[in-house]
Amino acid sequence: MTIPLGHYLILAGIIFAIGLAGALTRKNAIIVLIAIELMFNAAILNLIAFWHYKQFAALTGQMFAIFAISIAAAESAIGLALVIAIYRHYKSVDVDDIKSLKG
Amino acid sequence: MEHLDHLAKQQWLIPLLPLVAAGIQSLLPRGKRKLSAGICLLAMGGACALALRAFFATLGHHGDEPVRAVWNFTWFAFGNTSLDMGFILDPLTAGMAAMVSFVGFWIFVNATGYMHDDENFTRFFCFLSLFAAAMLGMVISNNLLLMFMCWELVGLCSYLLIGFWYFKPSAAAAMKKAFITTRVGDVGFFIGILLLYWKTGTLNLYTPDGTGALQQEAIAKLITEPYFWGLTVAGFIALMLFIGAMGKSAQFPLHVWLPDAMEGPTPVSALIHAATMVAAGVFMVGRMFPVFTASSADWVMDFVMWVGCITAVFSATIAVAQFDIKRVLAYSTCSQLGFMVMALGAGGLSAGQFHLLTHAFFKALLFLGSGCVIIGTHHEQDMRKMGGLKKYMPITFWCYFIGYLALSGFPLTAGFFSKDEVLLQTFYKNKLVWGLATFAAFLTAFYMTRQMYMVFAGMWRGGDHGRGHGHDDHGHGHHGGHEPHEVPWNMWLPIAVLSVFALLMGWLGTPWLKGNLFHHYVAPHEEAPHHSNLVLWLSIGVGLIGIFLGWLIYGRNTMVRATDADPLQAKLGGLFTALNRKWYVDEIYEATIIRLTMACGTLFRVFDKLVIDGVLHAIAGLTKALSQVCRWIGDELLINGGFDASCEGVRGSGSLLSKLQSGKVQNYFAFLSVGTIILVVVYFFKQ
Repeated sequence: MTIPLGHYLILAGIIFAIGLAGALTRKNAIIVLIAIELMFNAAILNLIAFWHYKQFAALTGQMFAIFAISIAAAESAIGLALVIAIYRHYKSVDVDDIKSLKG
Repeated sequence: MEHLDHLAKQQWLIPLLPLVAAGIQSLLPRGKRKLSAGICLLAMGGACALALRAFFATLGHHGDEPVRAVWNFTWFAFGNTSLDMGFILDPLTAGMAAMVSFVGFWIFVNATGYMHDDENFTRFFCFLSLFAAAMLGMVISNNLLLMFMCWELVGLCSYLLIGFWYFKPSAAAAMKKAFITTRVGDVGFFIGILLLYWKTGTLNLYTPDGTGALQQEAIAKLITEPYFWGLTVAGFIALMLFIGAMGKSAQFPLHVWLPDAMEGPTPVSALIHAATMVAAGVFMVGRMFPVFTASSADWVMDFVMWVGCITAVFSATIAVAQFDIKRVLAYSTCSQLGFMVMALGAGGLSAGQFHLLTHAFFKALLFLGSGCVIIGTHHEQDMRKMGGLKKYMPITFWCYFIGYLALSGFPLTAGFFSKDEVLLQTFYKNKLVWGLATFAAFLTAFYMTRQMYMVFAGMWRGGDHGRGHGHDDHGHGHHGGHEPHEVPWNMWLPIAVLSVFALLMGWLGTPWLKGNLFHHYVAPHEEAPHHSNLVLWLSIGVGLIGIFLGWLIYGRNTMVRATDADPLQAKLGGLFTALNRKWYVDEIYEATIIRLTMACGTLFRVFDKLVIDGVLHAIAGLTKALSQVCRWIGDELLINGGFDASCEGVRGSGSLLSKLQSGKVQNYFAFLSVGTIILVVVYFFKQ
């Protein structure tokens, strides 16, 4: 039993869209971070899906995905650290409160 | 055997039920208490039924073939290698799964009463179900990787449940301590797993074609290869695995987390810190026993035995001088785990596992009983402020009394038979260990008698002064100094059921009925130690002496006021204080390991401040000086003048464009997304 490639891509698309919607609409910086993480994982899912579908003998796709996952982990740690720093400064994690770059 | 294969294939259903229940719990709103409890009990009951079905299927095979069915499948493959998962059904698993789900079910029932007034009822049952799922998953796994995952999940649930009342600083500290301490052991476990995978190329324990890590081929390979510290590879792996078990099963010196874990709600203490989770380490050693026995030429088995022995005696001495009802039981758990480990180290798989099973029943009974006492006395945990509860809580008293007899090893109760097996096992291995274990058995009888008299005998000492609501204070409806009361049926029914098992279960492992049934079931090929009357009578003797001494010191004159000094304090003096302070192990850790870590931290901070910051400041200063020179000469004179003029122009247009710069990061991101979508659309249309 094989799952056709399209199903993977549709699933990834849905996850990506959910992530995008979350990142654009939610006001809590942590939720935004989670949403970005979702988009990340949708992309990783695509990588694996294409790799699996093509049945490459080489491990490139899988390795790339593992690298991406570990880098995503590091990225989310940094993101959380930034959120904490922002919270200490602004006493808020609402992304709308953080607009000192306003022109 | 075909029936068994079929059942092994369905083993995963056992942990699945509580897992699904946990998932549903996490989505339920807070108010749905009845629904929440119903789902969990249903799932646990289902798991219990499945586990019992598997258990009965493993009975009644008397051939030479070991009763074992496995089902392995590939989890994922990379390159030429693959990682497998698998489930197993053999007597060890079947007995343990049946025990965990059965005891777990009754603990769930009790928890519906204990947590009745807690506002986070659903969260509690979510964690509890997840814990049961992880534990059952660990028990049925035929693969070290799966086992390790569930092992860690179990640790996580323990962390969450100990800190269930996370707003109490002591609970928050205890959860952290439990997690970090067990992590020390887990590192060892993980090293063991990696080494096993490296040397045998598989993490499956058993496979039908004989290539599993615990089967002859792999074991034969492991024992021939020497490693360091005078050990073979098998010995080293066994040592590492045992270090993992030491953390989980609270063996000295990693035992410090278990007593602190009593900060959690009492059903948690019963489920995790008495019956199941702490038994995980013992179970794992039992599961990996072929590796341990293969390394019997090394000193690893002796090490296991001695660690168990030291823990058994050490914790038993501490339990003598504790005042918190749950702490006494916690140290007693440590001590009993020591007994199990000791039996395993002496080569007695069946003795260790038998004690594990009987202990699970009577210790869960005792913990749930203490939970009933705590609820009945309106959240009092200090035994000095109890007393006379026999009159107020008769049902709890009689159940607790049976648990007490079983733990003290009173003849013919469950604990008597299993403890006797352990003692017998060590008797033929090492007389000194046996002597120490017998001493620990004596202490067990003594401190349990002390507890019984302090809690249930004499007069009620709680009402005569302001009660400290320090422990377990989570808004139970009643306050004030009125009298204790019996608990509702959903709290006493579980302990009544468990007390039946605590009383009768020992007969499964008695040497007097057609040989030891449990032994034939779990380890038919293991040589049973000969029955010894000396061991038997001595064990009965020390138990009775312990009870007698307890009566002598605590029973003849019961305490009258809660502020009275412990009668033992006068006799032991400073030693009593040392015992009460748990031999100062926490203080020693505080003074050594924790202080060392802190000192390292300070050192690095000073280094950071002095050296790294110094270099940085020097570079910064240099750059600043250079830029100052540039500013005077070039900037202010030449550039500024010309610039100012053009700036005026730019500013005009800039103020227009700055409307776009809202400063809100989500606006930018929206622009970015829309732009990307446009680009993609354009790209497709051009094609």
